[in-house]
Amino acid sequence: MHKTYTRLERIAGSVVAVSAGDATYRELAQITWPGGTSLAQVVRLEGGRAFLQVFAGVRGLPTDARVRFLGRPMRVPASDAMLGRVFDGAGRPRDNGPVLDEEGVDIAGPSVNPARRVIPRTMVRTGIPMIDVFNTLVESQKLPIFSIPGEPYLELLARLALQAEVDRIVLGGMGLKHDDYLYFRDTLESAGALARTVAFIHTAADPTVECLLVPDLALAVAERFALRGQRVLVLLSDMTNYADALKEVAITMEQIPSNRGYPGDLYSQLAARYEKAVDFDDAGSITILAVTTMPGDDVTHPVPDNTGYITEGQLYLRGGRIEPFGSLSRLKQLVNGTTRDDHRPLMNTMIQLYAAFRETLEKRAMGFRMSDWDGQLLRYGEGFEARLMDLEVDLPLERALDEGWQLLAACFEPAQTGLATALIERHWPASP
Amino acid sequence: MPNIGRIVAVSGSLITVTFKRPVVQNEVGYAMIDDLMLKAELIRVRGEYADLQVFEDTSGLFVGGQVEFTGEMLSVELGPGLLGQVVDGLQNPLFELAETSGYFLPRGRYLDPLDRERRWPFTPSAQVGDALQAGEALGSVPEGQFQHRVMVPFGLPGAWTLRELAAAGEYTVSDVVARLENERGEQRQVTMLQRWPVKVPIRAYRERLRPQEPLVTKVRIVDTLFPVARGGTSCIPGPFGAGKTVLQQLMSRHAEVDVVVVAACGERAGEVVETLREFPELTDPRTGRSLMERTVIVCNTSSMPVAAREASVYTAVTLAEYYRQMGLDVLLLADSTSRWAQALREVSGRLEEIPGEEAFPAYLESVVAAFYERGGLVRLHDGTHGSVTIAGTVSPAGGNLEEPVTQATLKVVGAFHGLSRARSDARRYPAIDPLDSWSHYPGVVSKADIAFARSLLHDGHEVDQMMKVVGEEGTGIEDFVRYLQAEYLDAAYLQQDAFDPVDGATGAERQTEVFGELVQMLRTPVALVDKDAARRFYQHLTQVTKEWNRCAWDSPEYQAARERLRGLQSEVGADA
Repeated sequence: MHKTYTRLERIAGSVVAVSAGDATYRELAQITWPGGTSLAQVVRLEGGRAFLQVFAGVRGLPTDARVRFLGRPMRVPASDAMLGRVFDGAGRPRDNGPVLDEEGVDIAGPSVNPARRVIPRTMVRTGIPMIDVFNTLVESQKLPIFSIPGEPYLELLARLALQAEVDRIVLGGMGLKHDDYLYFRDTLESAGALARTVAFIHTAADPTVECLLVPDLALAVAERFALRGQRVLVLLSDMTNYADALKEVAITMEQIPSNRGYPGDLYSQLAARYEKAVDFDDAGSITILAVTTMPGDDVTHPVPDNTGYITEGQLYLRGGRIEPFGSLSRLKQLVNGTTRDDHRPLMNTMIQLYAAFRETLEKRAMGFRMSDWDGQLLRYGEGFEARLMDLEVDLPLERALDEGWQLLAACFEPAQTGLATALIERHWPASP
Repeated sequence: MPNIGRIVAVSGSLITVTFKRPVVQNEVGYAMIDDLMLKAELIRVRGEYADLQVFEDTSGLFVGGQVEFTGEMLSVELGPGLLGQVVDGLQNPLFELAETSGYFLPRGRYLDPLDRERRWPFTPSAQVGDALQAGEALGSVPEGQFQHRVMVPFGLPGAWTLRELAAAGEYTVSDVVARLENERGEQRQVTMLQRWPVKVPIRAYRERLRPQEPLVTKVRIVDTLFPVARGGTSCIPGPFGAGKTVLQQLMSRHAEVDVVVVAACGERAGEVVETLREFPELTDPRTGRSLMERTVIVCNTSSMPVAAREASVYTAVTLAEYYRQMGLDVLLLADSTSRWAQALREVSGRLEEIPGEEAFPAYLESVVAAFYERGGLVRLHDGTHGSVTIAGTVSPAGGNLEEPVTQATLKVVGAFHGLSRARSDARRYPAIDPLDSWSHYPGVVSKADIAFARSLLHDGHEVDQMMKVVGEEGTGIEDFVRYLQAEYLDAAYLQQDAFDPVDGATGAERQTEVFGELVQMLRTPVALVDKDAARRFYQHLTQVTKEWNRCAWDSPEYQAARERLRGLQSEVGADA
């Protein structure tokens, strides 16, 4: 039987202190007071005192609230009964459905032994050419979607949730606007994709600490599914809100900030979540796509910067399109050699030519004379943007590659592309 | 009776402990939860309180819990059987751990790094009665392609006389193979296994030498323009996505060294997996044996406990020094030293030390310098040479090279391979910036050719900048050709397709030949009528040269491609 304490000695930020000699580090406690109830977690032990982070926040909390230690860490149910359901950041139902009565699994469990991982080998098809052709998504990959506020990142996530060829979708929303949450739910529901989805949604109006739990809850459930052999796609939005919640909590805990107020362990905290992406040697896989909004479109901001070092590439969303420069799937090399013989060289050539097109645009903007070559590039670039980059384009990989050849043939002589002669002989369309 | 302390505070990976009997700075202690023992290192003593960083998740620790001090500094096991291993930062063998513990890394489980059962065929080489000192060979056992030297333990000070030596035969690492006695009559028994504290450099050699001989990495831009020397140090800073890790993987595969130690420190697990799954399948072209046989992987990936991250770099460099002591050339690839610096910062923050720049601790520079100083070329007691070459990546926050870790590193390394975001965005791999990078070491091609190439690249860049202002039509044909030539040298030589089996690894001889040919060609004056003709010509030349790069060395296709190149060149020669 665990003891109950009824005297809070300190309330500051979202943290309370209680004299409890028998508390253990990271243990969960239940705090009850006339106005409500909340879970809390031990975040520091010092002398005889336990410092607890209160999930629901401390507003209205009296010093004589009852604190009961539960002797276990935070858990979440992880059965198939979760499918089609929506939960909040403390794991409670948000959809008026029943509370799941399960033992559950510990969240934020130990990391996977690298010796039990395998080299990712399976492409995740999304039907979006800018991903499938140019930045192929691979099972077990973790990719952020760098975006400025205002870009259609939720639309992109929703399309991925609908189109991606995986078994399960786990959605984690952090600091979402309530409208966005409804948009998401309705889109998935109307397309019939909710049945393969579990959602943990923290909205901007919910307590900050619950935001911190969302990725852990989502990933613990995903991990359980993956261990049962399923291929899981985890969609997170927005990791910058998560990092800001970390900052808020760290500052109120009086930790020394390192860069723009963020705690020194920001990298480790983000990495511990992203590294849950995995391809098991004899079970399923977890793939993570996480929206990270860049304050002021600044990729050197600590959140996108640290993220970029953790993830295996990144997608930039800019001007309503996935930007070819900077966007990179580091794992694509593992799968795009076996899709089709022209995939890799075509991808490289098209991007190089598109880069040259951008240079020509600059030259044109400055009023320089356009050479014949510039004219060709302009035709190519505009075609590329309309036929492949537009987010509305929904093409399977093979058709997108054919489209690429058509475009090259319409704009260039074979030798101008720098593609290997053998490849040109095989794929160059006879009549453009 | 063990020295026991009691926990009084827990905060993250840091615990504070009261103690009664003397403790040692940097000694290892075990924090107990029931029968679980969590390894920790003592990092500060204040009055009756000792602060320890725990190498594991601290969940479940409680005030009043016990900590058992061992009196020993954090150490690794050295002996035959290390090559081919995959260990974590505390030298836990991961494959063995996977067999006993399944998918996840349970905390508090420590396995013997070296197999205690395996028998090694020992051949004695010293004679009973020999006067020996630490680091000198007693005999050897075969390990992979090497004769693994069994040595007088590095921790034995002074002169020793060999009193007994095991006969040739099979022994385990814990069997006694020799007995030594010093002038004071103290005796020591020697096994093939010895322990060494990771934070102390192994100094059992005669002298350190100046690194002069190039270490061929088969990455053209490195070997030709910014070479690394055996026993030298280099760093690869670059923003994320610029290809630091790919570059290191290429080096770990192709570098002409005996042993490669890969320290994956605070980076992605996926990258370690690529190495540990692929290397057993790949053959080392120099020996015809599996690449894994010459490789040791020390990994503390980013999701593994932070405190062990620091240990992993030291573990790796200690293993590298150990094989150096056998007269081997060892390459240590540390990816990434910034993560290690961040681990220092996290711990420093928990200790509430006064922060330096960007909250890194004030001792950052001296710690980084001391680490790179563990690289070097040495003459051993028997006159042979051994080397540890260190190549560390740096992940500067925001890609800004002014940040403290990059600056601390640049001060102490001999070569700088700066990766540029602009180059990687343009898919120009390897994205080493040819204008900003530098090296103090001698390379594989002539100095005059290097100077020519660098000035060409420099001019090309200038013309490019100028064209952005005055446009192509405002640029003279001579300048324009100079620009195209620089672009050509970049595309056809400096860039390399890592995924092409031939182009991905260029040997030193081939580099000398191809680079010589290209420089010769670029020195020859050309007569090109207009800019469009010039552009077409260099586009064509680039294509032919790239195909040449993909032909196997000295094959008929290789010769044919070179002839084609010469033919093209003679068409536009100024005297044609």
